[in-house]
Amino acid sequence: MPGKTRIRVLVAKPGLDGHDRGAKVVARALRDAGMEVIYTGIRQSPEMIVRTAVQEDVDVVGLSILSGAHLELFPPVMEGLKEEGKGDVLVIAGGIIPDEDVSPLQQIGVKAVFGPGTKTSELVTFIKDEINSRRK
Amino acid sequence: MASNSKSEWRESILTPLLKKHTERQDKFENSSGIELDALYCPEDVADIHYAQELGYPGEYPFTRGVQPNMYRGRIWTIRQYAGFGTAEETNQRYHYLLSQGQTGLSVAFDLPTQIGYDSDHSLARGEVGKVGVAIDSLQDMEVLFQGIPLDKVSTSMTINSTASILLAMYLVLGRKQGVEAAKLNGTIQNDVLKEYVARGTYIFPPRPSMRLTTDIFAYCAENVPRWNTISVSGYHMREAGCTAAQEVGFTLANGIAYVQAAIDNGLDVDAFAPRVSFFFDSHLNFFEEIAKFRAARRLWARIMKERFGAKDQRSWMLRFHTQTAGCTLTAQQPYNNIVRTAIEALAAILGGTQSLHTNSFDEAYWTPSEEAVTIAVRTQQLLAYENGVADVVDPAGGSYYLESLTNKLEKQAVDYIAKIDDLGGAVAAIEQGYQQREIQQSSYKYQRMVEEGKQKIVGVNDFVTGESKIASTLRVKQEMEAKQKGRLAKLKQERDNGKAKQTLSRLEEVARGKGNTMPAIIECVEAYATIGEICDVLRNVFGVQREFLFF
Repeated sequence: MPGKTRIRVLVAKPGLDGHDRGAKVVARALRDAGMEVIYTGIRQSPEMIVRTAVQEDVDVVGLSILSGAHLELFPPVMEGLKEEGKGDVLVIAGGIIPDEDVSPLQQIGVKAVFGPGTKTSELVTFIKDEINSRRK
Repeated sequence: MASNSKSEWRESILTPLLKKHTERQDKFENSSGIELDALYCPEDVADIHYAQELGYPGEYPFTRGVQPNMYRGRIWTIRQYAGFGTAEETNQRYHYLLSQGQTGLSVAFDLPTQIGYDSDHSLARGEVGKVGVAIDSLQDMEVLFQGIPLDKVSTSMTINSTASILLAMYLVLGRKQGVEAAKLNGTIQNDVLKEYVARGTYIFPPRPSMRLTTDIFAYCAENVPRWNTISVSGYHMREAGCTAAQEVGFTLANGIAYVQAAIDNGLDVDAFAPRVSFFFDSHLNFFEEIAKFRAARRLWARIMKERFGAKDQRSWMLRFHTQTAGCTLTAQQPYNNIVRTAIEALAAILGGTQSLHTNSFDEAYWTPSEEAVTIAVRTQQLLAYENGVADVVDPAGGSYYLESLTNKLEKQAVDYIAKIDDLGGAVAAIEQGYQQREIQQSSYKYQRMVEEGKQKIVGVNDFVTGESKIASTLRVKQEMEAKQKGRLAKLKQERDNGKAKQTLSRLEEVARGKGNTMPAIIECVEAYATIGEICDVLRNVFGVQREFLFF
């Protein structure tokens, strides 16, 4: 039964910023919630993130960025995933992303953006609900 | 009958009360896990030997301050970290800040500059000018400091892996302005060890990085005597989630590693140690923070005198910059950040800081707007001139609570340093992931406390109103990247490429040998070789470091 397999998540840090506190907290919280988590580490190019997402065959990609380069770096991630036949993967984002950038990111397929102050429990619920509805 | 001692008071007065009314929390503790008593009394500090442990300001062990009269002579340096977009835009902001009474500059560089990529590198995509100003060559530095006489300001540069290159540019710029190197004042962060632990802008493996660091120590000792050659930084480890005690322990352990490396390279400790400076965070817990600064100062003095046998008392002094804690800013109810920052700034001042950056209330979200940064500067001016807190040296000293905390924090920091020594020193401990794991544990624990409501954050998990987020008023324009790349392409056409190449080969030769790399880097910079070109040479010789990832 597909609903019983563990959810596989890639937590990725695109761009050059080293602010990994949030990414690591999220990765650990998702792991504690029973998901299988792969954390890329910092300084990942969009191409590296796509490659890892394909190799690890993940259900979810979480992008964490705090440098402000999201509008430049998320589109190539989304395009790459599509090209590799992973267009159905759930992509969510966190970090420092201004309000007005959320809708352009949603238009390219980022499902949700979680800002500072988000509870990890909220994130866990969101991912579980999304994946379960997709697996039905 | 009045109580004669704390234990008597506890028994006869406090305990009966607690039987009737429970307290707000089962237990009160600070970030370092120190459990706090309801009251501190003379008996809590009875074993302090005043002259040995506190002493007088300007004297060993400097617990009460590094200068005899502290802010009565001159207030701390108001130093706001700033930089964004192109050198032109940042130059305008510097002129604005100086006109508002700021007394020192602090340069924020973009990530490609910090990691040694030119603006036209594929990994620089989207990052040019984002978190700081983009500098590719000396030409950009010339624009950055246009109209700012380098003998009149002190400049702090948050630059680590590429510190030698940016310092070289500053020296050459000084020369072009007619200011000799001996007259230049400023600081480079130049602390790569904490980059591996927390901040992430390392390029080379630790050992060649340490060589670059100590090359700077040696070069400046002879040529740029007033320059602070390193700012050993706890700030970023604290922001990544460690406790106050860990901040002191890990930072001073890194400091020990640099001092040891320089001594191992043949330098006399008193030739470079007076120019070693520090950088700490000022976080929420007011008394814990004041105690932290005082504990760090006393402990470093002891380390320098006893462990390294430094003789010059300037080598014993821990001088430091402080920034209020960026991680305590909230996107929700952003004006609350002004108050948080003011209280954190007060802790830094009571802790005896030499310079201070107060965060702007919108800094959690974007590069600060001019309005926000003005309030941040005014916050420091209010503290300096209105409240009288700068009128007496170490005014919180002698508080039973504060002195007891200072002792406990120092003790914890000593234990962390001992643990790191056991692991083979700071570099070996980083390679084994010790500090990284400790920080991850602390940050996760904090997150849990916030989510469980044990740690309240006003506007985030309590007193929530839904008011949230700040629109980014200051956005780096997308055209900026193209403009910077254009300037770089033009430079590469117009400069004497033969000369640039020649200086780069010379640098390669020096890097492969054992000589000091600084003079060769200065020659590269003078020939308008770019940061990317210089770093490519060094990457080729030293190799690159992958993340020490322990997750």
